[in-house]
Amino acid sequence: MAPQKQPPQQQAPPVQKLRVQYAKRGPARFSSHRDFGRAFERALRRAGIPMAFSSGFNPHPRISFANASPTGAASEAEYLEIGLAKVCDPERVRVALDQALPAGLSIERVTEGGGASLADRLTGSLWEVTWPGRELELTEPLREFLGRSEVLVERMTKNGLREFDARGPVLSAEATPDRLRLLIRHEVPLVRPDDVLKALTVVAPQWSLPTGLLVNRLAQGTLVEGELRDPLADA
Amino acid sequence: MTTHAVESLFPRLEPLLSEVSKPVQYIGGEQNAVVKDWDAVQVRWCLMYPDAYEIGQPNQGVAILYEVLNEIDWILAERSYAVWPDLEAKLREHGIPQFTLETHRPVGAFDLLGFSLSTELGYTNLLNALDLAGIPLHSAERTEEHPIVLVGGHAAFNPEPLADFIDAAVLGDGEEASLRIADIVREWKAEGRPGGRDEVLLRLAATGGVYVPRFYDVDYLEDGRIRRVAPNRSGVPFRVTKHTLMDLNAWPYPKQPLVPLAETVHERYSVEIFRGCTRGCRFCQAGMITRPVRERSIETIGSMVEQGLRATGLEEVGLLSLSSADHTEIGEVAKQLADRYEDEFVSLSLPSTRVDAFNIDLANELSRNGRRSGLTFAPEGGSERMRRVINKTVDEDDLIRTVATAYKSGWRQVKLYFMCGLPTETDEDVLAIADLAKRVIDTGRAETGTRDIRCTVSIGGFVPKPHTPFQWAGQLDVETTDARLQKLKDAIRADKKYARAIGFRYHDGKPGLIEGLLSRGDRRVGRVIEAVWRDGGRFDGWSEHFSFDRWITCATRELAEFGIDTDWYTTRERDYDEVLPWDHLDSGLDREWLWEDWQDALDEIEVDDCRWTPCFDCGVCQQLDTEIQIGPTGKTLLPIPQVRPDLG
Repeated sequence: MAPQKQPPQQQAPPVQKLRVQYAKRGPARFSSHRDFGRAFERALRRAGIPMAFSSGFNPHPRISFANASPTGAASEAEYLEIGLAKVCDPERVRVALDQALPAGLSIERVTEGGGASLADRLTGSLWEVTWPGRELELTEPLREFLGRSEVLVERMTKNGLREFDARGPVLSAEATPDRLRLLIRHEVPLVRPDDVLKALTVVAPQWSLPTGLLVNRLAQGTLVEGELRDPLADA
Repeated sequence: MTTHAVESLFPRLEPLLSEVSKPVQYIGGEQNAVVKDWDAVQVRWCLMYPDAYEIGQPNQGVAILYEVLNEIDWILAERSYAVWPDLEAKLREHGIPQFTLETHRPVGAFDLLGFSLSTELGYTNLLNALDLAGIPLHSAERTEEHPIVLVGGHAAFNPEPLADFIDAAVLGDGEEASLRIADIVREWKAEGRPGGRDEVLLRLAATGGVYVPRFYDVDYLEDGRIRRVAPNRSGVPFRVTKHTLMDLNAWPYPKQPLVPLAETVHERYSVEIFRGCTRGCRFCQAGMITRPVRERSIETIGSMVEQGLRATGLEEVGLLSLSSADHTEIGEVAKQLADRYEDEFVSLSLPSTRVDAFNIDLANELSRNGRRSGLTFAPEGGSERMRRVINKTVDEDDLIRTVATAYKSGWRQVKLYFMCGLPTETDEDVLAIADLAKRVIDTGRAETGTRDIRCTVSIGGFVPKPHTPFQWAGQLDVETTDARLQKLKDAIRADKKYARAIGFRYHDGKPGLIEGLLSRGDRRVGRVIEAVWRDGGRFDGWSEHFSFDRWITCATRELAEFGIDTDWYTTRERDYDEVLPWDHLDSGLDREWLWEDWQDALDEIEVDDCRWTPCFDCGVCQQLDTEIQIGPTGKTLLPIPQVRPDLG
């Protein structure tokens, strides 16, 4: 009879770490970070990926997520890292996982891990906001916004309503009548495109926030001299 | 009939989704969802669970029918769930109807709209879904353009409160029944829909297994009781019979259930290891209406689990039934599955285990590959006397012995489930629960030498249900229920030695009383449901949405002209002679037997389980030409070579 207070079985450490770039597109953008996490664990099982498990009473596959985009935003560039119990070919893992995920979630790249951690490599994001079927004139509010050194906005976070600066982390912002592109440095709390849009209504009260905006993260990576570098390069 | 194209509503819905909570529940596209060509099939079923996605998606009945129907090339089945009030407001504002998840088509465009009814508190959501779908609320106002609205599931065994709103009800197992219904609808459509809606309903009713309320008239006596229920036309049976699926091994569904993207209440691959229960607990409607016991063999269970895990990638297997430890080969099933999936960290769970069928070896097998969270037992009644009345004969010493072994082998937490308001119950019967919980704690402390022992007592009000021996019983009123629960709470809290070790969770008596009104209601209660819905009633199974005052106000107003009220339906005990609203619906149980069992309950006489003793003539097998199908088969599960793809 197995006594409860036995030391939990120790699991072997991973023999290989793989970094994964994945995308959330279309309706699947409404899945939250947690929703994706569960879907990804199940895809790992369906794809037969030889995962390494954590030790303890309740072993979990070794997955670490980095910097997930908010629910409702699409993304071409989400990242995570997995630990395997057997050495695998990254491209074969990519294909197997991609096939096992539901529509709208896709695996873009898989590379061997190494060097600086993923979290250290993800220091900025390039976002795009669109408003299909309409044209918007953003030049004035945007000029006003960029002319300030600080614009305070409020957002409900896990720790309640917080006020923070939405201007400082914005490295560049350019608008055309049908889209807005923002390069934003990752800070705490993370400034998101919707924070910047809210900030536009603060600096230009005559401008009101339109509905039906589509937000998409085009890229994520290491900020070097105002440019994003591929976080999976030189691994 | 026009065959205009039925378009997806998604382009209109999508912009609204970023403005509502948990939009992922409305997008569909789950793993294993089936999307068929609308124009390539002849019969279209919409299966709806009238509660939120997180509750409805895991429902086993819907999962089974979804696959059974979609396997037929001329049928398609899609799913729909209740939308939360935030999305409902937006749908109404933008004129978007209730939709399905597979192709986001309007529910009103389907041939058949089937509601799965697990609980009576979902009735207002059913009305809301019909209204959102643009389907006339009353069956009598529907035309050929509207779907045939059916209900199934346990609550459908008394569909009378919904009689005005539904076209038909199906009792019992749905696998064969849903196919038979599709067949009849296909034929009728192919013939050019002769005779319209009445004709197709008549054809369904003529099978003897589909109840069409409009073909039956109900007359009442002066005092409000029912005089009689009788067919109002020829060609429909006096009594409608439930369906019973025999040989569950031939119907191994679900094979590849949907894997939700949104979070739901149960995320596991569930296989029903048997259907039906003959333990004979007198309060238990599920046990009474699903007889006889039909087991799946260890081999079928093994192949379903293997296929199900491969198709879903889920990490937990639920071995479901009404009393899972009663399967004739449960020990082998648990051990061999645990062996097979040891390296994959797949855990097994066994909801509904009886104390007397439980053994610690089984519990150890179940927890081998996963969590050892806690053990749950449901003695239901606090005193030995109470348990004789309800025929849930759990000997207290047995329970304490089992608990002792459990604590000795490492468990630290035991959960005990009880009911309050059982027939003949007194304060003393309920207060006995406190003594039992204290004995459990004492035992745990003695066995382990530690004070780090927990016991959680969970208790809710008893609701008498149709087709059970307690269908004649008076329900305990809200005030007495709540007072009794308070006394129990005080008794547990009074003793400092135990106060922290015993957790106490209870549900107050108010929702139970409304559930009682709906479960034993007749057609007149339909007016109450409609009034509550019109007044804004939704999601009555959720405490933050349920309004007792609204129900009572509406019931008082709507029932006044009949000279009856909520108490008349709930706390009033019925006599042998009274015609019950569901007497014309045949669950197979012999009414005489039910009455005798009710009298035995009052005399505290127990009844055995017919799996292990001679038949005691409950009526089901004779009436429905069914039989008990149980093992053991003596078979073992073959090891399955774990074929992994080559990713090296």
